[in-house]
Formats: sequence, structure tokens, C-alpha cells
Amino acid sequence: MRKNMPCWSNESLDVKCAVILMAEKVETIYDAIIVGAGPAGLSAALELAKGKANVLVLDRKQEIGCPKRCAEGLSNRYFKIMNIKPNPAWAVQEIKGAVLYGPNGKQIKMKDKAVMGYVLERKMFEKELAIDAVKKGAKILLKHQVVAATREDGIVKLDVEVNNKIHQFYGKIILACDGIDSLVARMMGLNTKNNLNDTDSGYQYEMTGITGYDENCLHLFFGTEVAPRGYVWIFPKREGTANVGIGIGAYVSAQTKLTAKDYLDRWIANQVGLKNGSIIEVNAGGIPVGGFLEKMTGDNLLVAGDAGHMVDPIHGGGIGIAMEGGKLSGTIALKAIKANKFTDDFISGYTKEWFDIRGNLLKKRLKSRHLLEQLTDDDFNYLAESITMDDALKIGNGTLSKTEMVILFTKKLVQRPGLVKIMMKYLSEGKSEAQF
Amino acid sequence: MTAKNNSNKCLYCGACVGVCPVSAIVLKDTRIVIDEKKCISCGACVKICPVGAMNL
Repeated sequence: MRKNMPCWSNESLDVKCAVILMAEKVETIYDAIIVGAGPAGLSAALELAKGKANVLVLDRKQEIGCPKRCAEGLSNRYFKIMNIKPNPAWAVQEIKGAVLYGPNGKQIKMKDKAVMGYVLERKMFEKELAIDAVKKGAKILLKHQVVAATREDGIVKLDVEVNNKIHQFYGKIILACDGIDSLVARMMGLNTKNNLNDTDSGYQYEMTGITGYDENCLHLFFGTEVAPRGYVWIFPKREGTANVGIGIGAYVSAQTKLTAKDYLDRWIANQVGLKNGSIIEVNAGGIPVGGFLEKMTGDNLLVAGDAGHMVDPIHGGGIGIAMEGGKLSGTIALKAIKANKFTDDFISGYTKEWFDIRGNLLKKRLKSRHLLEQLTDDDFNYLAESITMDDALKIGNGTLSKTEMVILFTKKLVQRPGLVKIMMKYLSEGKSEAQF
Repeated sequence: MTAKNNSNKCLYCGACVGVCPVSAIVLKDTRIVIDEKKCISCGACVKICPVGAMNL
């Protein structure tokens, strides 16, 4: 027997109802069930709980924020968007710039706002997000693995494995925020699979006892020997401690017979300041760098975070984007709950809203990524010598004006016909703002 | 031959789950579980694995 709980009554009454109902073994119908307690899921939970919805968060893991699959960088922009203040308990290193290293070792220093922010201690950060969501009324359950999702009478039944037993949970709307390994959306008929060509293979050590880099900057190393179709990063976490990681194209391993781990180990072995450091954490992960899903909704379903491919196609960062997407999915779910309408038709505006606020930019950056993938090491070295950081950022965002484009072509790139060819191809594909 | 997971190498990151075209792989907390009946031996999981823990 299931009983529909009132969602707009006061919170204490809801809690009492829940206790009574559970004592009678009557199942609760949650307004929203979020699968995955990461940055996306917890941001959605906060939004829903703030709106007084009856919200449950399920996660298969035993600890929130751990193990991380991430370099832990969060730019200042997202602190503003999400209205959060950096807390020294989890915002452990302020970042004031980035240094890019070309294949020939040439350094480009970036002091752009886009790269300023913090490196986080994610397990602390996400626990704080969880605490905030619970304070507002959300409920979180760990070691709960969703194994099946079925629609029944306009609501969703989740079969959840807990201690080797299957329990049923009922929700009016499901928010799939369950990461790259998301299966919940797939169970509900939405294709969230990742194309191998648009997925990176990531590997990382948190290292300590290391030297030789400025801890106020992010450090990114490029080149086909270092990281084919990707880069190696050092994201400092405090003096002498940093996340040292790599992301490479998934197909690279098949061609070179070297894994992301092999590439990173080889690179570290040649770094004087790193090779004698100690490893205090090992992380791995797939990174959905394809930038977007064309469809992010279904009946009773919204998808956010890595599960919805909400990752920057160029640098592979996703904490901030996931939080922004999670918050939006929470807002949309709240509207559906208020209207008591959960059909795909009613909630499908989510995809468009996402594209308006972030998705379209990610799409442009995916195009830029495809451009970057065609550059040779020599092209990279040449560009590092000849174009300004401002140009590079605008190319990345697809926002180079016509005049800037003409100057770039006639004064800078004209000496390398191969590069011009690649740029022309890049511009002729689709609708870039900067077209000739 | 279907995909196999080497649990000694595996860091249970779930990358293989994300690229499996037939949803034959599930990450259960700290274990990779492969449904051999579903697996089509395409090798996507082998290619994405950051630590070489998947093989056919």
C-alpha cells in the first residue's frame, strides 16, 4: 500500500507523517528522488528542499565526495552563480592564474578571470553541500543502489538494493545525477551513453612532498608525447601537495597500447620536482567531454551533472557546471511538483533552458576541442609563440569577432598554411559567431 | 570472449559503465559487475579504462 504524502504542509507534520507511515509499513511517495549525491544531485536537493518539496537523495557509495574522480578546481564564476563563499575548510588553495606548457616547454601565463578560483577538498565540500540540503529538509541515504526503475500510475518505482535486499522507493519525479556510470536514466528510457570519441580517460595522483611549481597557479602540460588529445595537470592543494593528473582521448590507449596511468607515470618519472614525491591518493575516471546531451528529460525524469554530460569539452572540468545544471533541474522539478505534472511534455523545457544558460557555450567549446585535436605539436608551439592569450580564450569560446579573425589570419597564421586550413574547416562547420 | 574485470587493478571509477553501448556493466560501490549475456565484446570498456583493468 502506498500513501501520497502532502508536500506543502509544514515540515514537522511531514516528518510525523513519515514516521507514522513507516511504522505502518506504508510506503512514502516522495515528490522527488535524486539518484547520486554529488555536486549536481546535492545542488538539486538544496533547491527542491528550499521549495519545501519532500526530497530523497540516494547514493550507492559509502561516503559522500569519495572517491573523487576529479582535479577539484572550481572557478570564481561558480561561487557567484551558486551563491557560495569559499570556506577555508574545503577551499584549500586559492588560484590566481594558469600556466600552459607547450610541447617544446614554452610557458604561457594566463591571468584571466576564467581561471581564477579555488582548488577544493571535495570530500569536505560535498559534505557541506549535503549538510546544507539536509538542513533545508532533504533526506539522504547511502549504500543504496538503484537496480531498476519502472513507471506505475504516473509515478516511478525504484527497486533499490540495500544490504542484499531489494527495497521499493516511490517518487513523482526522478533526477538522475548518478555520474558517468549513470544507469538510472537508461533504465527509464533516456539514452545517456557516452560515445567513446567524446570521452576522456582520466587518471590522477594526489601527491605530497613535491616542488618546482607555483602553487597559486594551475599548470597544464600539452603535447602528443605527454598526453595525446588531452593534457597533464597540476592542481595545487597547498604548498607541496597537489592533484597531478592526466586526461587522454579514450581511443588513444587502443592505438598506443598505453593507458592514462602509463602516460602519467612516464611523465612524472621525468619531472625533477615530482618524481620523489609521495602519493597519498589514487583517482581514476571517465570524463564525458562531448559537452551535451540533445535530450535531458523523459516522463518523470530529469538528468544533470556528468550523467547529462555537463562537462566543459576543452578542460574537462565539471563541478561548477554540474552544480549549475543540478540547481536548474531542481527548479524545473519544483515547477512540475507544484503543477503536479510530470510528463516529458511538461518538463522538456529543461533542455532548452540548459542550452540557453550553458549548453550552447559548451557546444561551441566542443567545436573548439575538435579544432584543437587536429593541431600537431608544431602547430601548438607556433600558436604559443604567436597568438595572445586573449585570442586563445576567444577561439576557445567561439567568440572571436570578424575583425579579430581577419587580423589573426592575415598577421599570425598566414605563415602556417596547415593551420589556416584547419581554422577554415573549423569555421565552416556549423554556425560560429565568427564567420567570414 | 566477453569483457573481464581485473579487480586488483580496478579503481571502480565507472568509466567502463559510461561507455558500454549495451549497458552490460554495473558499478556496485566497489565492484564492477559484467553481464556476460549482454556483453557484445566491442572493447569500448577496454579502451576507456585508465588503468588497464578491463580485457576481452
